[in-house]
Amino acid sequence: MFLNNIFTDPEQLQRYTDIATSSLLPLLKGAFLYSLPLAIVSFIIGLVLAVLTALARLSSVKIFQIIARVYVSIIRGTPLLVQLFIIFYGLPNISTEHLTIDPVPAAIIGFSLNVGAYASEIVRASISSISKGQWEAGYSIGMTYGQNLKRIILPQAARVSLPPLSNTFISLIKDTSLAALILVTEMFRKAQEIASTNYEFLLLYSEVALLYWLICFPLSIVQQRLEDRFSRHLLK
Amino acid sequence: MIKITGLSKSFGELEVLKDISLDVEKGKVIVVIGPSGSGKTTMLRCLNLLETPSGGSIAISNKSIDFTQKVSKKEVTEFRKLTGMVFQGYNLFPHKTALQNVMEGPVIVKKEDKEKARKKAEQLLAKVGLADKLDFYPYQLSGGQQQRVGIARALAMEPEVMLFDEPTSALDPELVGEVLKVMKDLAREGMTMIVVTHEMKFAREVADEILFMDGGYIVEKATPEEFFSNPKEDRTKRFLQLLQ
Repeated sequence: MFLNNIFTDPEQLQRYTDIATSSLLPLLKGAFLYSLPLAIVSFIIGLVLAVLTALARLSSVKIFQIIARVYVSIIRGTPLLVQLFIIFYGLPNISTEHLTIDPVPAAIIGFSLNVGAYASEIVRASISSISKGQWEAGYSIGMTYGQNLKRIILPQAARVSLPPLSNTFISLIKDTSLAALILVTEMFRKAQEIASTNYEFLLLYSEVALLYWLICFPLSIVQQRLEDRFSRHLLK
Repeated sequence: MIKITGLSKSFGELEVLKDISLDVEKGKVIVVIGPSGSGKTTMLRCLNLLETPSGGSIAISNKSIDFTQKVSKKEVTEFRKLTGMVFQGYNLFPHKTALQNVMEGPVIVKKEDKEKARKKAEQLLAKVGLADKLDFYPYQLSGGQQQRVGIARALAMEPEVMLFDEPTSALDPELVGEVLKVMKDLAREGMTMIVVTHEMKFAREVADEILFMDGGYIVEKATPEEFFSNPKEDRTKRFLQLLQ
């Protein structure tokens, strides 16, 4: 009936167009004030966590290895939505005074921990992919583990990790829609709110899907550019 | 200058080095030959602690390490500064130019002034015949050129001893000569060198002493003349037979 209406009823078409255009600004506000900042901040924090976790997993100190493995196992074994709910709705049960966290900080904590765990596997694999000879060359000129990692290994591992980490970031942008369920007024929640007033669910949710796609598409171009820049020193 | 005493190294059950003792005087060139699995590469890698020996001790110049005690990371890093290593697979840093590869050690490890380090690196690369390749990346260089950068990179740290782990084994035959020439020049200048190689001609021409290793032991040790014309041990004779 929806499609029928668009093609046969000019008044309906006009109504749909009006709804789409009037909802555009609120949706974009949701995207640029919440969804995107949320994704960017969580990704940066998550990446730092990922590198630390990967190094812990690769270290010879048993306790670091164990902590890293437990962390990754918990995050990878539980749904992201459940993790967000535990942080936002669950923690106040322990202490309403000290552990009640606002929606946006709760979302950042949840997404950062999530990215940290998944990305740590990417970082760990990238570091491991760098041949032992590179470590040995660094050590043979007197470098410490830290200097070797910073100057020789991580720059090379960064190149390897670029495609899978871009994947992770693009996934994260879409995962921010889950923050709607812990009351963050990001783009998807805005779509829900608008749709609940006019009942045009297909229209609104298709519109927001299109907006997500329009945000993600340029990112894959950015990814290609970054990959090219990082491989300048290689035989093509 | 170098004193190795009772060195042993096991990888789990496998005893690769059994009881190695060796004295090397300053300025001497020692060539180590032997069949695969003899422990020659392991011994070399023990000298710059890329492998941690199971027992024994090594003294280079004024520093020494006793492997029956626990060895600290700091001790290891300090000890490594006495040696420079040239690898069979070159192991150049692919994301850095030839010049940057050579400068890396002095700037980052020795904290030298960048300009001074750059000048020294340019001189070293000129010395190995690569003055026109300073800003080239490893992927743009031939194997022989990469290995010469590797030699310059090791020399940049001004080591007391240069360790060569089969430096020409991965090279196309026509590129071997250019690397051996650099090594010969280095020997002539008085660098103390320990070279694991299969290049017998090089050994004959440049070595002060040849070590034959087999089964984790130093089986025979002699000057090139003595070694090739009058080998004493059976195992040595058999190995030399294989090379004919």
